Formats: sequence, structure tokens, C-alpha cells
Amino acid sequence: MVLITRRIEFSASHVYHNPQLSAEENRRIFGKCNNPHGHGHNYTLEVTVAGEPDPVTGMVLDLKELKGILEREVMQRMDHRHLNHEVPELAGQIPTCENIARVIWNLLEPKIKQGALHHVRLYESPDLFADCFRNGSAGSRGSI
Amino acid sequence: MAARTNSEELKIELWRRYHFSASHRLHTAHLSEEENRLVFGKCNNPFGHGHNYVLEVSVSGPVDPATGMIANLADLDGFVEKAVLKVFDHKSLNEDVAAFQEKVPTTENLCIDIYERLKNFSHAKLERVRIEETRNNSFEYAGEEFARVPVATAAKKEQR
Repeated sequence: MVLITRRIEFSASHVYHNPQLSAEENRRIFGKCNNPHGHGHNYTLEVTVAGEPDPVTGMVLDLKELKGILEREVMQRMDHRHLNHEVPELAGQIPTCENIARVIWNLLEPKIKQGALHHVRLYESPDLFADCFRNGSAGSRGSI
Repeated sequence: MAARTNSEELKIELWRRYHFSASHRLHTAHLSEEENRLVFGKCNNPFGHGHNYVLEVSVSGPVDPATGMIANLADLDGFVEKAVLKVFDHKSLNEDVAAFQEKVPTTENLCIDIYERLKNFSHAKLERVRIEETRNNSFEYAGEEFARVPVATAAKKEQR
């Protein structure tokens, strides 16, 4: 098995606010992420696909194809958008790294026809990121 | 195939990256001066040397639907600050950390020591600790079960 990874970057705004909690609880739990006017990040997404290289092309999955999938499923949905208001898949969820990574997994997994989605790593900043992978796989550690 | 899109089967790990600077000297009383120099090379310099360490910590657990979080960052940051950064930042690992008065403060041993300090985090399960000693050297530890992961994973894949 070989792992291939493609990285993309997108910029988006969001706010952490749970309408079922009081204003005070929201401030206490979410801190400055609760600023009602929102704030934004440059997100970096790393998508890893696992598979055997095709004997003819030598590829697990043509990276051009993966680029197209990421453009359609992630960039067009999330780049320069407000994640709370403009991404229906995140409606009703707090748009944390954890939740965004899971939404991206669910968007990408059915679209990858050659090889299989192995893991998704979403960076909100260089110091905060989340991995999403199928439970029981080696996850972000690949096949080591 | 339907089961493969069931997000309940998905696992999410939250990673946080921290920084600390410390000095160390690789030296063991179990070897002669000559052997120490041979084994540890310039890391055996008697006056020690230092690094800007990067510490990555990952935790897992259910994502709380009310907060969207595995663990609140304020809790994780506070715990790591107290359990690790306060202990190691701007310190001599050999002189200031009791554990390394016996053990050689390699980054392998540092990973294990930091994992042990963090494993009782109460808000989520500690998954792994990864340390970059420099941009070119990194080390990772995920507890005593770590070594078994590849074997278990390989077996699982064959079943599919």
C-alpha cells in the first residue's frame, strides 16, 4: 500500500456560538472565538489516499483527479465563505477543527473511486489541527 | 458500502503544538568517558547544548455536540502548561528534571516522560506525543501499546 497526500489551503470565517447556551456560558466556553462578528483563519487541508499503484500508470490515484475533487467538494464550498452561514453540511454544528474535518471526510470519501480515503488532517493554524480517519486504521501514522 | 460512510465509525484526534527551549547533555554513568564521547559525539560536550523543542500532543474522544470539541483548548493548554512546559521550558533537562538525573535525556526518553506526565488528562484520552528536537529530527510515542499498532493494523487490513 502507498499513501499519497495532497495539500490545499482555503480561507474562511466562523464563530463559535451555541444558541442553546446563555450568552455568558458561550463566552466562558468559547472565549474570544465567541466574538459575534466572527473571525477567520487560513486553513490547510491535507488529504491522504491509500492504495496500490496502478501497474500501467504507476499511480494510486491521478493527483489531477484528486485536485478536481478537492476543488469541487472543499474549495467551492468553503473558500472565502462563512462556515456557519454558508456551508449547509455544518449547519447546527460548531465549526471546530474536529467538526470540519469530519464534514470534509464525509464529502470526500464517496468521491474517491481509486484507492481509498485514508485520512484527513485539517489545520486551523500551525499549532492547532485535527485528524479524521476510520477507527481501527493506523490513522495519521499511515501503514507504519 | 453504506456502512463506510457512517461517521460513527470515524475517529478524530485533536492536535495541539507547543514550544519549549531547554538544554541537555547526552551522557551516561554506565559508560566510560571515552565510550560516552564515542556514542554521543558532540552531544556529549560537558557544558551541554540546547534546542527549541516543538511538542505535539494529540487527544481523542467523542466530539461534544454542544461545543463541537473533543476537549476545550483552555483545559488542554492549562494542563500541558502545568505538567510539561513549566517543568521543561528554559531548564537544563539533566540538572532540573529529576527523571533525567538517571536517564539520558534523549528525545526518545523525553517523549516517554512527557507521555507519562500527560496521560492523566481528564477531559479526553491522550493518544500520542510527538517531539521535534530540530526541524530534521522528530520522535513519537503513544504508550506501551504503541509497538503493537502496526501488527494489529496489518491483521485488520488482511481481513477486509
